Amino acid sequence: MSRYKEKDCVISGIGMSKLHRKPTVYPFNLAVDACETAIADAGLELGDIDGISCWPFAQVGVGHDKSSASPTDLKNSLGLKINWYSTGSGPAQYASIINAIGAIAAGYCNHVLCYRAEGERWVPTYGRQFLDGRLPTNLEAHNVWTLPYWAPSAANWIAFNANHHMAATGLTREQMGMIPINQRKCAALNENAIYREPLTLDQYMSARMITTPFCLYDCDVPIDGSAAVIVSRADAVPASKRPAVRFEAIGSAIHDHDSWFQRTDFPNMAMNDAAKMLWERTDLRPKDLSTAHLYDGFTWLTVLWLEALGITKPGETGSFLEGGQNIALDGVLPLNTNGGQLSEGRLHAFNHLLESVRQLRGEAGERQVKDARYSVCGAGGGVFGSALLLARD
Amino acid sequence: MTIDAEPLGRPLPTIHDMNGYFWCGGRDGQLHIQRCGNCGIYFHPYQARCRECRSADVKPEAVSGRGKVLSFTVNHQPWFPHVPVPYVIALIELEEKGPVRLVSNLLGTPVEEVKAGMPVKVYFEQHGDIFVPLFTPA
Repeated sequence: MSRYKEKDCVISGIGMSKLHRKPTVYPFNLAVDACETAIADAGLELGDIDGISCWPFAQVGVGHDKSSASPTDLKNSLGLKINWYSTGSGPAQYASIINAIGAIAAGYCNHVLCYRAEGERWVPTYGRQFLDGRLPTNLEAHNVWTLPYWAPSAANWIAFNANHHMAATGLTREQMGMIPINQRKCAALNENAIYREPLTLDQYMSARMITTPFCLYDCDVPIDGSAAVIVSRADAVPASKRPAVRFEAIGSAIHDHDSWFQRTDFPNMAMNDAAKMLWERTDLRPKDLSTAHLYDGFTWLTVLWLEALGITKPGETGSFLEGGQNIALDGVLPLNTNGGQLSEGRLHAFNHLLESVRQLRGEAGERQVKDARYSVCGAGGGVFGSALLLARD
Repeated sequence: MTIDAEPLGRPLPTIHDMNGYFWCGGRDGQLHIQRCGNCGIYFHPYQARCRECRSADVKPEAVSGRGKVLSFTVNHQPWFPHVPVPYVIALIELEEKGPVRLVSNLLGTPVEEVKAGMPVKVYFEQHGDIFVPLFTPA
């Protein structure tokens, strides 16, 4: 097998801001907090950072699918001298990480600040944006195919795949509900999490339906907050007693049609291509995983990530989830041990990534999984997906 | 089946050369979808080359308007205050060789009677120059 260049890169530092469910601190400041924390955590000085990478786009602002801090904002606030920077939609929320690895491999830079900055609480969420009764007459791009049919939310679109898959495989809502229920148990051990109270199966099954099969507890929690990681060239990192967390493989592929609705392998999604690429770049296999940190914007996305990565087989995910024991902190494969986006809050897969690093470093406190050595992270659903396999050597 | 004489308002697209055939093509009562003149498959939405054979000989053609409910969701969230919930948002797969799948609504049918796999046919709801394709049990 080729010596893929991601194996020469590490995550040297992580940082997370305070997370807020209500507008409290302007989200841009939260991004600066997270980035400063990550740089310090890496044992680096501001002057060591020579690259910045973020997702999505350079579209700065508050609200869904925007970045509440731009690379320019961070460069100027922190006085960074950068050789390379990047923004872009790309292969889902880890595009920033995968771009950074590429830039390091090309020799553009050594230490890249990668971040996600969320300011979702300062403007109405898309669930409220039409409540004033005005109806847009100038739809463009993807919205053209969904909004005329009163389907504004990814919950509506993903529900097509979820219902089709559940009918075909027999996966039940009771089984899928083990994902949010287990994550709430983990969140009880996570002081950063927004929701930490226990969630029972009765509460889940009787919760307000959003769009079948998704009830309120199947949908993640928009917040203000930010998380950052430093992606470094392994041999540029200062010596440390702390175990290094290395990239073993990445997955960024999209091979089938790039569409929410027109893939030939419906109900699969872009994540199926990304997951396949990941395993093609490593000798490791799903049985080697210590923990999994899989995207949970909506619970069924986590189900599909489990199947896409080959952790479960289609048709067997329901029995794997049944009762929740397999995915618990002491289970076969502890899943979303920080509480995920369903409980900790939506940091677009960056909180999954930070938790993976904590687990591999042995810094997850009460949530620590014994001898965690390999962790997989999956970001995104629908038209984009990216996956990271991290290792403690 | 009842179809409202005065339909509920919908967000509507900007019409341009690459989507007008779809949104305005229902004027004559027929659904129009891009088709490859070389290999004959249909695809949606517009793209410059055939999805299968990459031919540039692609243009909209009238289709049967028949298909099936590939999947659907019963939406309960009142995103739009003027639209009563619950309502059905369906992913329709047309019978023509594709796949061609359209997000749409199944209205005028009790929510509990909608089933995956059920055959459906197109009809149109006029909003000015736009004829929104909708589906009803065939």
